[in-house]
Amino acid sequence: MINFHGWNMPLQYSGIIEEHVNTRHNVSLFDVSHMGRFEVQGDDASDLLQMLLTNDVSKLDNNQAMYSPLCNCDGGIVDDVIIYRINNEKFLLVVNASNRTKDFLWVSSHSKSSIIKDISDTTALVALQGPRAIDVLESALPLLKLASLKPFSFIRVNILDFGQEGLDKIETEKWRKETQGKQEDEKSELVISRTGYTGEDGFELFFDSSRIDIWEKLMQIGTAFNIKPAGLGARDTLRLEAGFMLYGSDMDETTTPMEVPLKWTVKLEKPAFIGKQALMTRPITRKLLGFEVSERRIARHGNTILIDGQPSGYVTSGNYSPTLKKSIGFCLVTPKVSPGQVIEIDIGGKKYKATISSSTRFYKRK
Amino acid sequence: MSEGEIRFSKEHEWLALKGGGIATMGISDFAQRQLGDIVSVDLPKVSSAYNRMQPLAIVDSVKSSSDIYSAVSGEVVEINEELIEHPEFINQSPYELGWIVKIKLSNMKEFEQLMSKKEYDVFIGELEKGEQESAGMRPDWRK
Repeated sequence: MINFHGWNMPLQYSGIIEEHVNTRHNVSLFDVSHMGRFEVQGDDASDLLQMLLTNDVSKLDNNQAMYSPLCNCDGGIVDDVIIYRINNEKFLLVVNASNRTKDFLWVSSHSKSSIIKDISDTTALVALQGPRAIDVLESALPLLKLASLKPFSFIRVNILDFGQEGLDKIETEKWRKETQGKQEDEKSELVISRTGYTGEDGFELFFDSSRIDIWEKLMQIGTAFNIKPAGLGARDTLRLEAGFMLYGSDMDETTTPMEVPLKWTVKLEKPAFIGKQALMTRPITRKLLGFEVSERRIARHGNTILIDGQPSGYVTSGNYSPTLKKSIGFCLVTPKVSPGQVIEIDIGGKKYKATISSSTRFYKRK
Repeated sequence: MSEGEIRFSKEHEWLALKGGGIATMGISDFAQRQLGDIVSVDLPKVSSAYNRMQPLAIVDSVKSSSDIYSAVSGEVVEINEELIEHPEFINQSPYELGWIVKIKLSNMKEFEQLMSKKEYDVFIGELEKGEQESAGMRPDWRK
């Protein structure tokens, strides 16, 4: 168990590599309730988010989600989040655990009339990830046709149907009508989204924190598909292989989305958003690239990158890739560096050769 | 001091004394469990000399990188080159396949001052107790 931003969480259950490999081949269940979750509700919720996020929130339909950075006036990344559109007046924002307080204040302070509610402590969030995730969830909710749920889409169902025979999907409108004015029924909502942080197919499930039996039920149903619980350690090696950055390690308020590979999330054609001006004009002095170390030594956050013997950047994340069986990582370096170039990394005073990779995505699922 | 006797340091190294004042050194089962999956070992050069408590090797696990300190002063006479290709031997077989170096002791007293198996078991028992106590305070819903 480790303390992760105030949460006592398992770093591993059976072993990081075993959990990693099981996620790639079968399915794993992660408790990610530490992630911050806010409800943003109000007539101007959509305008508020359009102003705060660099990505284009107007492209979202109901029941769709989107990844986006949240920038400050200088274009520095305040956080990277996933925004879920329930309807045009109600959104769910999932933020990094480490930024929960900062983000809550940031979003609230920019809101004119929308209400921001932190629901992180009253709800649970689990991630079911891996090629067999669909099999587990279809067994739990057989009538839902979850296979047709597109990536970054979500549905809202009644939690009472979970693991029961003969359940049916409750349409959003019908659901709202039925639960209007019934406070306790909010606890019956189960949100299932086809999202994750592992590079595998998978789902994330949001539900009331009183319904921890969902974890047990998924583990029971998943037995037939070799489900295993996985901890923060495997979550980190999986995201690294898949090319997903980690806030606080690979980016922070001093980095812009143009320096890390997030240019695709910055929609400069949007009329206005916080950081737009800076992102259009700020010179790019460094970029985040992937590397493979030629030896097995692991490069870690903060290790110096040397090019022609000169310090030229630093490692932001590094670890062993159980899939490639190699030491891999990301580094922030001068923009002159290009794929295939051999660099050196100073690990504990010793220099190790590494090669800049063609992309930060070391692993792509078939 | 009998041949084959195994001693432990507070830094979780084990040493087994062989003939000729040479000891085989590795890390304990407790240490390998704490480190988790080991993926690389940086070994010292043969015939290099170390003082007690000087870092002698580095073990990278998926969780962390850790210096392995020389539990005694002496000269490295042999290294376990198998570990370069099979660092996981330390996890799988910490007392046999996973040995790290053989050291020719320069001061036998240092070996004698190390803990016996019995003393070490008590030592790690205390550590594990502390760990369980801190793990007992789980504020989240999974308890």
